[in-house]
Formats: sequence, C-alpha cells, structure tokens
Amino acid sequence: MSETAVVNKAPPAQGQMGGWIKRITSHFLVRKAARALFTIWFVTSLIFFLVRLMPSNPIEVYINELIVQYSLPYAEARDQAASLFAIDLDAPLHEQYFDYMGQLLRGDLGTSLRSPGTSVMSIIARFLPWTIFSVGIGLLLSFALGVLLGMLMAYKRDAFWEPLVSGAASVLSSIPNYIVGIVLLVYLGVYWGLVPIHKMRGSTTPGMQPGFTVEFIVDIFFHAALPILTYVLSSIGGWILSMKSSTMSTLGEDYVTIARARGLSEGRITTAYVGRNAMLPLITQLLISIGFVVGGSLLIESIFVYQGIGYRLLSALSTRDYPLMQGIFLMITISVVVSNLLADFVYGWLDPRVRIGGGEK
Amino acid sequence: MSALATLTPLQKTMRALRNIPRGIWRFLKLMSRNKTGFLGFLIFIGFVLLTTVGPLLVPEAKSADILAIYAPPCTFKEWRVFARDAWFKGIEVSAIEESGAPICTKHLLGTDSQGKDIFAQIVHGGRDILQMALLTGLISTFVGITLGALSAVIGGRFDAFLTILADIWLTIPRFPLLAVLATLVKLDNMLMLALLLSFLSWAGLYLSIRAQVFSLKERDYVEAAVALDLGLWHIIFSEILPNMMSYIAISFTFGMTSAIYAQVGLVFLGLVPLTRNWGVMINLAWTQGAIFFKDSVYFIMAPVMSIALFQLSIVWMSRSLEEIFNPRLRTG
Repeated sequence: MSETAVVNKAPPAQGQMGGWIKRITSHFLVRKAARALFTIWFVTSLIFFLVRLMPSNPIEVYINELIVQYSLPYAEARDQAASLFAIDLDAPLHEQYFDYMGQLLRGDLGTSLRSPGTSVMSIIARFLPWTIFSVGIGLLLSFALGVLLGMLMAYKRDAFWEPLVSGAASVLSSIPNYIVGIVLLVYLGVYWGLVPIHKMRGSTTPGMQPGFTVEFIVDIFFHAALPILTYVLSSIGGWILSMKSSTMSTLGEDYVTIARARGLSEGRITTAYVGRNAMLPLITQLLISIGFVVGGSLLIESIFVYQGIGYRLLSALSTRDYPLMQGIFLMITISVVVSNLLADFVYGWLDPRVRIGGGEK
Repeated sequence: MSALATLTPLQKTMRALRNIPRGIWRFLKLMSRNKTGFLGFLIFIGFVLLTTVGPLLVPEAKSADILAIYAPPCTFKEWRVFARDAWFKGIEVSAIEESGAPICTKHLLGTDSQGKDIFAQIVHGGRDILQMALLTGLISTFVGITLGALSAVIGGRFDAFLTILADIWLTIPRFPLLAVLATLVKLDNMLMLALLLSFLSWAGLYLSIRAQVFSLKERDYVEAAVALDLGLWHIIFSEILPNMMSYIAISFTFGMTSAIYAQVGLVFLGLVPLTRNWGVMINLAWTQGAIFFKDSVYFIMAPVMSIALFQLSIVWMSRSLEEIFNPRLRTG
C-alpha cells in the first residue's frame, strides 16, 4: 500500500521512467526477492557482530587448549597461536565488517581459523549435504505418511483405532524432537541393544568410497537411520493432525457434495477433489519447515554424532571459529529464506486465488 | 444496583470472597468439558504441586552413596513383598533405614551415577523450568499483545515497519542464534534467560495478535462502541480483548512450550549453566554414560519423561483453555 502511494507522488516529469520503475518495484517477484536479499544481509550482519561480542575469542580458546594439552607457558602458546591465525582481530570492527562483506560479494566465505588452509566453503560443502540428506528424507517420509494417515483418519472417523492414532499424533507433536532422539537412542541402542549405535556414529563408515554403489547407499542410510527416524517421529504428529482437520473441512465443501451428486467415483473424488485441496496448506508448511529443520538439526545431530552442518556449527561455537560460524549461519539463513520464497511461489502456483489476489495488492 | 450500593465495603469483600469457590467450581466444570484438556490440566497442576510443595517434603539428594550406584527402582514384585513384610512384621515406613528392607524401597526412581536419589532430584529440579516457562510465557504474551494492538490501532508507518521487521525476524534461525546469545548474556539468573527467550519469539505472536485486532476492529459491535464514543479504554478492554482471550491463552501456552524447548536444549548442549534442573540432569546422565550403561536408563529417563509429560500437559491444557474463552467451540 505505502509503496504505491509513494510512487504515485513521484513527479510526472519522469513520465516513462516512473512507470517503468513502478512496474518493476511493484512486481510480486521483485519485491519478494528484494526482501529475501535484505533478510540475508540483515541476519549476516547481526551474526557478524554478535559472534565478535561473544566472550573470549578463537585465539584465546586456542591458547588455552595449548596450555592445557601441551602445558606450554602462556607466552609461547600466544606466539604459536598468533602465527597460526591469519585474521587480524585487533583491526577496528567496521574494517573487519567491510572486508567480510566485500569477500562475501565475491562469493568468498573466508578460511576456517581452526582448520588452517581449509576454506569455509569446502567445510560447508562437506557437511551440508548430510544435513540436507537426512532432514530431506526425514521430512518427505513423515509428510507422505502423515498426509496418508491424516486423510485416512478423516474418512474413518468412527473406527476404533482413530482415537488411538490421533492421541499418539498429539503426543508426538508436542514432545520436543531431541527428547524423541534421546529416547530412541537410550532404548533402541542401549537398553534393548537392538541397534549398534557406536557403529552408526558419523555420516559414513570411515574409508567408505562415495559413489553410486549399493554399498555406499546402504551405508549412508545405515548412518542416517536414527536421525531420519527422529525427524519422522517428531514431525509426523503435526502432519497427521493438520491433514485430518484440513480433509474434514474440505469434505464439507459444496464442490465435494456436487461431485458426489454427479456420480463421480469415490476414488476420483478422494484424489482429485478432496486430497488435492486438503493438501494445499500443508505443502507450504512443508517448504517452510525444511528451512527450519536445517537450523534445528543442531541438537539432533549432536545427539547422534551425525556429522552434518548443525554438529559442525556446535564445534565452531565452542572454538569461536568466526568465519566458519558466519558461513554456517549464512547457509542456514539462505535455506530458510529460499524455502520461504519457494513456499510463496508454490502456493501461488497451486492456488490461483492467491495469485490473483496478490496481483491486486 | 441499589442493593449493592447500600453494602459496606466489608460486606462487598465478603461477598466477593464467597464467590471465589463458586468461580473455581465453574472454572473446573468448564475445564472438564474437554476430556483431554482436563487431563492435561490435572497433570499440569500435579507438576506445579510437585515442584512447589514437593521440595518441602522430600529432602534434597546431597550425599553421594557409593553402595547404591545406579540402583534400579523396585519391581512390582519387590514392592509387593516389601508391602507384605511391612504389614505383617509391622515395619514403620520411617524406620526403613534400619529395617534391612531392599535398597530400592528407599529410592522411588532409583539412583544416579553417584548413588543420589533420582526422585529427589526430579522434585527439586523442576522449579527452575516451571518458573522460567511461566515467566517467558507472560513476557512474550505481554509484548505480543502490546505491540500487536498498538500496531493495529496506530497503523501507518509504525505498523508497516514492525510488520517487515517481524517478517524478517521469523526467518532468523532461532535455536542456533540462541546458542550464540547464550554465551553472550550472563544467563545465571532466570529473568535474563526469560527476557532473551521472549525477545527472540515476539514476532510470531505479534503477527497473529495484530491480525486478530485488525479483524476485530471491523466488527459491528466495535464500530457501535466507537459510534457511541465509549472511549478507547472501554473499546480495547471490554470489546476487543475479551474476544481475543482464547488467542491469548493459546499464545501463552505456546510461549511456555517453546521456552522449555529452548532452555532444556541449551542446557543439554551445555551452553547454559544452571544449577540442578531437569535439563542439567539429562546433560549429566548423557555425559556420564547413559549411552554406555543399561543401568543409567532411569537416570536419563526420569528427567526426559518429566519434560515430555510437562510439555504434553501444557499442550493438552491449552485445548480446554481455548474452549473456555471461545464459547463457539464448546460442544454439547
């Protein structure tokens, strides 16, 4: 609203130009993209300063480690640490900030402080795929199962097992995901000893060659099994409950009644009339939650010692590895922002009413 | 009206006091309309009692007992044998210490890696979590209502700015950010942690409250009140707020659950130093070998189950609260 008002006030002398600018700035896509970029910039800057405000710094932490591990005297430890770190932490904050932003614009995330010589980009490239893999599979599985179960429950509201399933769903949806993870690990791994949790640590068995071999694929699923199970269990309850209520409200719609009156087969009504419409709001929820689970993987990955981005972030936090922390935060923010953008577009694409309504605004 | 006017202040207070039990009774009756909600409410009250009255009755587990490391709780059979012995041989419960009864009868939930009683730790470790959850719920709800209502009433630039800020805020990854902030702010007192948690979670609440106020502003009865010039105070507190109560109750409970999630998560990762609470217990059990020893299952499961059950009770309770404040949802 306010944007169009501002543009309307633009002097008529601009004429053709003003029209162009207005058309570009008021376009749905451009506005969304601009806001996404702004968000990424905002969060990156926030993290940049917050990280430097944290008590202690990478050099201090490293000096302490040297003193504790090799019982070096302080002066020697400090010299060693200083020679290792290329970053100048004494430079004024704004200089560091503009340096970093300049680097970022050139697509350079800097080099990690604690693994000298390794670029942050390569560390992220090594850890992020595992998080995307486990979170992606987990969410897709729980979404598919949850939608099916939720629809089934909306249809069979009188079945004796319906209260049991919805009770279980409400329990699962209100328990924190790391609690689910701990319970799984303690019971499956330790108390009943059903799964070899010590072999399952990490994202692959050491020495496993990546490639499209059966061995490798079995291995990565073996290592990701518990995190995936945790993601499935902790998010399936929500899908079941929202799909159930969404289906129930769709079943009451006029077009479903009319479809029945027209004598369409029950299967066609279920898939094309009820299912598709009931799933609409859930799909955007799915896209949004992908972004958030990438950020929330911190706890799950450290429980199962699964070497994804969250696990790496935690160790970067404790060693105060500034560039690595910033890089990982940037990745998490980008994934949240991109999944939100996708959700907007996909929703507009699936539901024409939103598209038309959005154009009028 | 005239009858009330003739009453002395004392009589008025007496009358009000007499109405309290009736009010509580009505509240309970409304709560119990929703079975799940009432169950959640009962569990919630149970937890409140456990953590407020409990510490007065159960002595704190201070001394380590190396003879009773990882003692499991009694099995059903052991309890039965113990109860029979106690009944027939007349052992006083207070004299269990000397009676030579099995060690498990002294520890309701077994003992931890140092031989300390787990049940006592649960009783003493819940207060922090409950207080912090309530505090965070209160602060974040208050901030959400204030900002949301102001934004909807003032509108214009203020509203546009806050909405954009909230949109951006919602995309910030909360938990990782909290992990950074936790090292920054001295979190040894509860108020700071509660403020921090509510500071991070204002946006979602703000947006939903703002949308509510916007839609309520257009209702006929509000417009009637505006036309009658009943004053801003009356409009906000008598027309708009009562119609938002179910929303407020829900966001309050939501604030509580997300506060518990964040706090226990931070403590579990060892990022927040807080003395003896359920999160610390999980952390201790975890680092002292819950993933190696079968025996420590009670040590880790006791706090885990407490947190899970407490979260569940809040979520369930919110269903009853929603119905109370939103009569349209009441069935039958």
